[in-house]
Amino acid sequence: MTLALTHARLLTGRSLRTLSRQPAYLLFTLVQPMVWLLLFGQLFRRIAELPGFGGNYLDYLTPGVVVMTAMMSAGWAGTSIVQDMERGVMDRTLTSPIRRGALVTAGLTHQALVTVVQSLIMFATGLLAGARYPGGGTGVLVVLACAVLIALIFAGLSNATALVVHQQEALIAVSQFLVLPLAFLSSIMIAPELMPGWVARVARFNPVDWAAVASREALKANPDWGLVAGRVALLAALAAVMAWVAARAYRFHQRSL
Amino acid sequence: MPTPAPAIEAVELTKTYGKMVHALTGLSFTVEPGIVFGLLGPNGAGKSTTVRILTTLSRPDSGEARVCGLDVVRHPERVRRLIGYVSQKPGFDPMATGLENLVLQGRVHGASARDARSRAAGLLERFGLAAAGRRLTGTWSGGMQRKLDVAMGLMHRPRVLFLDEPTTGLDPEARMELWAEIARLARQDGLTVLLTTHYLEEADHLAARLAIVDAGRVVASGTPDQLKSELGGDTIRAGLARQSDVLRARALLETVAGVGSVVAEGGALQARVADGPGTLPTVLAALNHAGIELASVGVARPSLDDVYLHHAGRSFGEADRVAVAA
Repeated sequence: MTLALTHARLLTGRSLRTLSRQPAYLLFTLVQPMVWLLLFGQLFRRIAELPGFGGNYLDYLTPGVVVMTAMMSAGWAGTSIVQDMERGVMDRTLTSPIRRGALVTAGLTHQALVTVVQSLIMFATGLLAGARYPGGGTGVLVVLACAVLIALIFAGLSNATALVVHQQEALIAVSQFLVLPLAFLSSIMIAPELMPGWVARVARFNPVDWAAVASREALKANPDWGLVAGRVALLAALAAVMAWVAARAYRFHQRSL
Repeated sequence: MPTPAPAIEAVELTKTYGKMVHALTGLSFTVEPGIVFGLLGPNGAGKSTTVRILTTLSRPDSGEARVCGLDVVRHPERVRRLIGYVSQKPGFDPMATGLENLVLQGRVHGASARDARSRAAGLLERFGLAAAGRRLTGTWSGGMQRKLDVAMGLMHRPRVLFLDEPTTGLDPEARMELWAEIARLARQDGLTVLLTTHYLEEADHLAARLAIVDAGRVVASGTPDQLKSELGGDTIRAGLARQSDVLRARALLETVAGVGSVVAEGGALQARVADGPGTLPTVLAALNHAGIELASVGVARPSLDDVYLHHAGRSFGEADRVAVAA
């Protein structure tokens, strides 16, 4: 177990070091969430005049965009696995004492750390642009937890897909196919009260919506903690399933060798 | 003296991809410890599949494989501690320096940070990479990168090193340098090295013993010299000073004891003989006695190409071309 943790730490260190050596990519990773927030915030500003938004659209939008960014950025997680497979890095790793669990943990830890940094930048950007978070520090922590869980779910899915399809193009296609529909079939941008009935019904099964609902609730002055806990529990369960799927996918990959 | 336990044993391995591709069709061989063993064969013969099974990456459909006495299917985790694997594809991280790549490899195998750093520095030195050690490996030359791959496979002092086509794509100079390093591994470090190659010269130069693989099975094995000797004989090539002597010389050589068929090609004769060095003096004496002057003379042993042709029923180059086309 300790060895597995050491392995996970070493591999997470490797991937963060790689990220730090790609300044252009790093910059894009950090700037993109700000763009989402400011773009949507401006575009839909007057929507807050409708009921269901509490007056300031940026207050409503910020937690949702934090969650959406976590999903979008995690969707790319599998690309580094495809690169490792195209080179001999994956073969070398799989013939070393590194356990599959440590590989999955390292990939997910990297994604969780990136997500926390991106989310904090968005909170700061929102604050500067006029958003307010009555839920305070506790609320922000809950949003971070939701964003991380979403990142784990989609990074697990992306990693598993990478190990099955072995191909950058196919991986990107799968991720693109999921990301936008899941973002729009949720209450990230539009209040549940204003959704068409069928979208609201679909959204109940959408993990992105679970995270958006729990995040907005936690940032209110008097959150309904029961609602928050229910959604977070669903997210945690799904994240555990996805991590397991990603670990299984390594076996699937090896059977193809 | 009891024979030492084999470092590698493969027994009747089979592996099929999908329903159609029979990569291995009952492949067996044994490698004694401390030597460079070559798996020689054209592209697609099943060499890489064999290495993937022995290194625990892949499982055989049937058959058994053991490394240092450990079954690779039943004890993959124990096998992984004993082996180093350098696959055909580059296995280093191009966004990391040479030192970082090596240290990570050592740490993954349980070395402390300090031990890993000192071992890494030693290997960089040994492979002549010390000056570039702190540069990103993505900027290194192909030869340097390949050496790093081998060094990474050695970080945890494995007992068996698997090198899958180590010199493919290298220029001749880089290839010679890597050959020298590989030869040293077995000679100085007592390491068992399993080398796959589709270069005949590489197998001839490096392997103490080799198995020739064709269509998923071993068609011949032994030392390179044994394999050549089994073909039955050498060739004496005699270049004549005067072309007009060709017919007379040929008739004469056919009467010399120990000489088989004689072929004339331009101004030269090629005589098949059982024992080249033993028959050469008699041949020279007979020609001298008849007053036939020579421009050149030599004894040639059969090449591994001849061996391959004999066992696989087609020439090596042809088999390789067929595999590439398919």
